[in-house]
Amino acid sequence: MNEMTPPKNERSAALKGLGTARKRVEDLRFTQGKGNYVDDIQQPGMLFGDFVRSPYAHARVKSINAEAALALPGVVAVLTAKDLEPLSLHWMPTLAGDKQMVLADGKVLFQGQEVAFVIAEDRYIAADAVELVEVDYEERPVLVDPMKAELPDAPVLREDIADTLEGAHGPRRHPNHIFTWEQGDKAATEAVIAEAPVVAEEMVYYHRTHPCPLETCGCVASMDKVNGKLTVWGTFQAPHVVRTVASLLSGIAEHNIRIISPDIGGGFGNKVGVYPGYVCSIVASIVTGKPVKWIEDRMENLMSTAFARDYWMKGKIAATADGKITGLWCHTTADHGAFDACADPTKFPAGFMNICTGSYDIPTAYLAVDGIYTNKAPGGVAYRCSFRVTEAAYFIERMIEVLAIKLGMDAAELRAKNFIRKDQFPYNSALGWEYDSGDYHTAWDKALKAVDYDGLRREQAERLEAFKRGETRKLMGIGLTHFTEIVGAGPVKNCDILGMGMFDSCEIRIHPTGSAIARLGTISQGQGHATTFAQILASETGIPADDITIEEGDTDTAPYGLGTYGSRSTPVAGAATALAGRKIRAKAQMIAAYLLEVHDNDIEWDVDRFVVKGAPERFKTMKEIAYAAYNQAIPGVEPGLEAVSYYDPPNMTYPFGAYICVLDIDVDTGEAEVRKFYALDDCGTRINPMIIEGQVHGGLTEALAIAMGQEIAYDEIGNVKTGTLMDFFLPTAWETPNYTTDYTETPSPHHPIGAKGVGESPNVGGVPCFSNAVNDAFRAFGLTHTQMPHDHWRIWKTAHDLGLHA
Amino acid sequence: MIPGAFEYHRPESVGAAVKLLAELGEESRVIAGGHSLIPMMKLRMADLSHLIDLQKIDDLKGIRIEGGRITIGAMTTQHELITNAALQDAAPILREAALQIADPQVRYVGTLGGNVANGDPGNDMPGLMQCLDASFTLVGPDGERQVAARDFYEAAYFTARADEEILTAVSFDAPQGGYAYEKQKRKIGDYATAAAAVLIARDGDRCTAASIAMTNLADTPTYSAEAGAALVGSGLDDEAVKAAVTAALSAIEPAEDNRGPVEFKMHVAGVILRRAIDRAWSRA
Repeated sequence: MNEMTPPKNERSAALKGLGTARKRVEDLRFTQGKGNYVDDIQQPGMLFGDFVRSPYAHARVKSINAEAALALPGVVAVLTAKDLEPLSLHWMPTLAGDKQMVLADGKVLFQGQEVAFVIAEDRYIAADAVELVEVDYEERPVLVDPMKAELPDAPVLREDIADTLEGAHGPRRHPNHIFTWEQGDKAATEAVIAEAPVVAEEMVYYHRTHPCPLETCGCVASMDKVNGKLTVWGTFQAPHVVRTVASLLSGIAEHNIRIISPDIGGGFGNKVGVYPGYVCSIVASIVTGKPVKWIEDRMENLMSTAFARDYWMKGKIAATADGKITGLWCHTTADHGAFDACADPTKFPAGFMNICTGSYDIPTAYLAVDGIYTNKAPGGVAYRCSFRVTEAAYFIERMIEVLAIKLGMDAAELRAKNFIRKDQFPYNSALGWEYDSGDYHTAWDKALKAVDYDGLRREQAERLEAFKRGETRKLMGIGLTHFTEIVGAGPVKNCDILGMGMFDSCEIRIHPTGSAIARLGTISQGQGHATTFAQILASETGIPADDITIEEGDTDTAPYGLGTYGSRSTPVAGAATALAGRKIRAKAQMIAAYLLEVHDNDIEWDVDRFVVKGAPERFKTMKEIAYAAYNQAIPGVEPGLEAVSYYDPPNMTYPFGAYICVLDIDVDTGEAEVRKFYALDDCGTRINPMIIEGQVHGGLTEALAIAMGQEIAYDEIGNVKTGTLMDFFLPTAWETPNYTTDYTETPSPHHPIGAKGVGESPNVGGVPCFSNAVNDAFRAFGLTHTQMPHDHWRIWKTAHDLGLHA
Repeated sequence: MIPGAFEYHRPESVGAAVKLLAELGEESRVIAGGHSLIPMMKLRMADLSHLIDLQKIDDLKGIRIEGGRITIGAMTTQHELITNAALQDAAPILREAALQIADPQVRYVGTLGGNVANGDPGNDMPGLMQCLDASFTLVGPDGERQVAARDFYEAAYFTARADEEILTAVSFDAPQGGYAYEKQKRKIGDYATAAAAVLIARDGDRCTAASIAMTNLADTPTYSAEAGAALVGSGLDDEAVKAAVTAALSAIEPAEDNRGPVEFKMHVAGVILRRAIDRAWSRA
């Protein structure tokens, strides 16, 4: 106690707590090639699984003959639906309340569907054996276009539920119809639209795409027949949910199942769902008594595990003659593929699509979503976004632009005129959400000023004149977006997945020497949790972030949680972490008071210690308190220093941002070059600015990919046309533009540290921003809207149709 | 994405490789950089029992420039084409084209011989070799023969090379005048949506010689003598260029794919060729 106490700011800096651009502790292993991915897992005697997949989009499976495959040396078994049926595992429930074939049960419904599972002693033998399995198919008519799903001649896809009139989300009106989900006031909205002086209409299609994580989906299942314990290492964004589902499906008691997510190389929503490969590997391990590994290749990943988007959003937006929006109407046709395998909270079959009023004060709105079956791969996951939020943001940000054209108004001005004002928060939207906080006008003005918006418009006008004079063949587009997300699912009262409430958790143990370990119910896939959650704890407990280990992804050790997706880690598990830290501090206060021989109320917290009020020379550091907690008998206080917190958030969080993109389009080749991209994000309290910047760069690059070319395209008979990275656009450093990042900071009022989440913002805001820029380049020639993806030939076609090649 | 089983051979001379190829017959193929063949094997579109790797054959490597004639061993990598200073002086169009092939990792391994011998219409070097009027050296059980690049390509993956022959070298006269290799592609690593190789010699304001070939716009590279002839004698006025472009476009037959429909490809082929002609002329 005689030491010189360093000044507050020095002690605070040493903690590397909130607001510090702390280097990612994960990167040491990743940059040295020492990550431990699922495919790195090796087990003695491990077998390998591989799928026989359907070449057809719709066919009956008349017979499967595995004799030749079984005769190949090294082949252990070939599983078909017939083998799984006695275990009731030939079908499995999806997270969306539907069911999905694990292996083809009499028919196949999409190209790439799992038909049989070959198990062999070696990965190469497994692949050879797949070739030897003879499957006799009888082709059926294929349904690719969801708009044709309910026509009289449409083939019935799901014969298993053809006569079921009641689905998981209410009545079904046709065998190919899954659900209708309605929000808002239909009659009032239609009345507003009927009477409005200005109404803009558009069909906005958000094409089918696919997350593309570094590691594809896979697992290693190991059933130990001696102790009856099943261990599964896998690419799981929600390990505890997988454990519970595995227990319910298999009948193995939950304490006998251990799920481990090691490094999984990105998820982006692709690793939330449960896939046939997991079920087959587990069954194979139980049957053979040996560990079984199954890892998709890239083509299998793109063709069969969960896709994203495929929303046809028909919109009408009504306004007064001077541009005050009065109503928004949206009907969405949602193409879910062969099974509804979305990963949405149960009560939200179209996710949070009802955030589609965006950043605007729209008094009246109506949304209806029809889910439809087609002969395509199942999914509908949230690819780097909260549930269907990127669809909603794309829809409203396109509709705003379409309305601006109809009004003959500048789109920046139209936005500013309709933003929810700062004094309106908390704001109740017409479609049922309570926005927690925001200051849109401040962010918008900052963004417009930062890029010199008026100057850009002047330059664009000059370029247009030069184009018309024949001096250039390049047009300039300015893309604007102001998005509002809804993330951090979510309050248990309305958010659950398969009945499991969407809380999250943190458990902390402080060691006697003053360092700590914290475990959470989430799982990092690149978000940097080991870095940022330690920073939250550092600020809460006064223990340096460098002295805190963060551990996730092992269900035997981590507290129960719903995992990482939908930007929920910081809003939910981050809150649990802060609150657990506060519990530690509360106990530490009692201990410190005892040690300092004063009443609890006579000491106060000071960065990393408790200090006697009015006597700053009398204090106990957290390190001293931790030692005492374990080694000194303190009357009335249990030994040890640990805390657990389970956090049920009172509301979602609503991050927002203002993005501006400037690009040049070569009308002759259709090439677009992004010259400037400015991204202002407001994610509430900023935990680590460096990680935020990295998240924004990564998310914008995925947004660039999606907007400019990344798609899963099918031909008319259901063949996947973009099943390799040759045709599925994944940008390299070469295609990636420079980004300028900026921020405002509007804390969430209900989150313990005010943080809102940021990982998905750039994808949600980026896609409409890139797309708006492309559309804007052609506005002067009468274009209202052109569909994504904006690859060369589609941009060229737009220019061509506008007569720019004449 | 796992190939079937195959035997791997690594002969150390052209003679040994030719002998192996003859002995092993139809189910064997030589492999150079493998950037076309290995993906085909992984997709199980190529089912081979034997791979004869040419890596170890030193005679197939290197760039020789003698008396205005350039000879490049088949196993010379794209990276070596890019970094060879003498080649850059003698035929800079090779570097310009090689830099537009894939990415550095691919170019460290991908070879000129593999690029031209495979007959993949997406490859960049075949069109360039036709533009240069290069000659390919083929060695088989009956010895060595020369085939002109302009006569080599028959259809996609079908060439004048007999199954038991190995393409060992490429040779051409150092080009004179201006040059350009112009390529539109969707991203790094992609094949061309449209690409054009152009060489133009000029004397004062007049074009004295021109050679034009295009890539990935038909099932073979498309050299157009008429296109080059349309420029010769002109000052590359609008009319001459238009005639050259029209002639070149009449020789191509693009197919619709994920890069776009035929109408688009015909249009950008014209745009790319015009840009290549402009650049070559400006350098002539």
